Amino acid sequence: MDFAGYDPAGGRPGRGIVSAKIVVAGGFGVGKTTLVGAISEITPLTTEALMTAAGVGIDDPSKVPGKETTTVAMDFGRITMAQDLILYLFGTPGQTRFWFMWDEIIRGAVGAAVLVDTRRITDAFAPLDYFENRNLPYVVALNRFDGAPQYDLEEVREALAISPQVPLVMTDARHRDSVKQVLVTVVEHAMLRLQSEHGRGFPTPVG
Amino acid sequence: MDQRRADPRGALVRPYAVTRGRTEPRQDIALEAVLTASPTQVAESRFAGHDKHRIATVCEGRAQSLAEIAAYTRMPLGVARVLVADMVAESLLTLHTAAPAEGFEERMELLGRVLSGLRRL
Ligand SMILES: Nc1nc2c(ncn2[C@@H]2O[C@H](COP(=O)(O)OP(=O)(O)OP(=O)(O)O)[C@@H](O)[C@H]2O)c(=O)[nH]1
Ligand SMILES: [Mg+2]
Repeated sequence: MDFAGYDPAGGRPGRGIVSAKIVVAGGFGVGKTTLVGAISEITPLTTEALMTAAGVGIDDPSKVPGKETTTVAMDFGRITMAQDLILYLFGTPGQTRFWFMWDEIIRGAVGAAVLVDTRRITDAFAPLDYFENRNLPYVVALNRFDGAPQYDLEEVREALAISPQVPLVMTDARHRDSVKQVLVTVVEHAMLRLQSEHGRGFPTPVG
Repeated sequence: MDQRRADPRGALVRPYAVTRGRTEPRQDIALEAVLTASPTQVAESRFAGHDKHRIATVCEGRAQSLAEIAAYTRMPLGVARVLVADMVAESLLTLHTAAPAEGFEERMELLGRVLSGLRRL
């Protein structure tokens, strides 16, 4: 591979390769890893962050003798769109006690898809509250599992009190085309948001 | 947890020992920021220690994000971030721009490229 931004002088930031990130969020077991795996060019990878059991943040275990450390895993996939453009998809940890990790994951993201399992709709309250209080464009994707109750989208919108501006779509996280459609909706929504905020003279959000 | 057990170092060495106890990177690097290493940089990284050399090798010939570096080397994210930031400062890795955070035109152009990239899939 030839790196357009390669700078023989060394470590200065190259202008060559740009990456972008979309976040796949949602409660425990809603299909986040499945969704990432359905479209990623690599088998989803896992990276782990260490923190004290108190969950205050990534910590130096040597400074807190005897304090339990725990690891939080997040998984992610990759789509190389061009020689100089890579899209990453990051899944949030399912356990909601790791909220602070979500802050790191969403930083700088294009937008997010919040997955909802229609069998356990109330599990979506906490993730949706989280995004409502962040300045990140997001869409809600209903992952309809086999044998799940058949709600229509407007019923779900009402039950979850999702505001009319937030796109709501149905998906099957196992199918690439369906996942692609969810991601397209995220990016289109982010563009609309950016455009309308720009039109109203707001500073550009950084997620 | 299971993956950590598969890494012999995970059990034997305190994670931040490889950074000599430092937990704060010199420069904050986004999870998705990509890094590359030229053959020269990979060769030079041999003199920077085993962990840095492993990182440079991962980034040779294919741009890799900080998250990928941590996953492929089986280092905790915080440890990888400290080492990668050092390597950028030492010219052993080239850091590429993550998504531009400001500028309406730049943001729109990037989103447009991502959108058409997705549609082409
Ligand atoms: N029928 C059906 N099953 C699904 C769908 N998406 C995921 N599953 C299954 O649901 C289970 C959980 O999916 P995961 O992708 O692991 O969920 P997750 O959100 O990553 O789970 P955590 O990371 O543990 O929170 C797996 O057995 C999947 O095969 C779907 O759209 N339809
Ligand atoms: Mg998962």
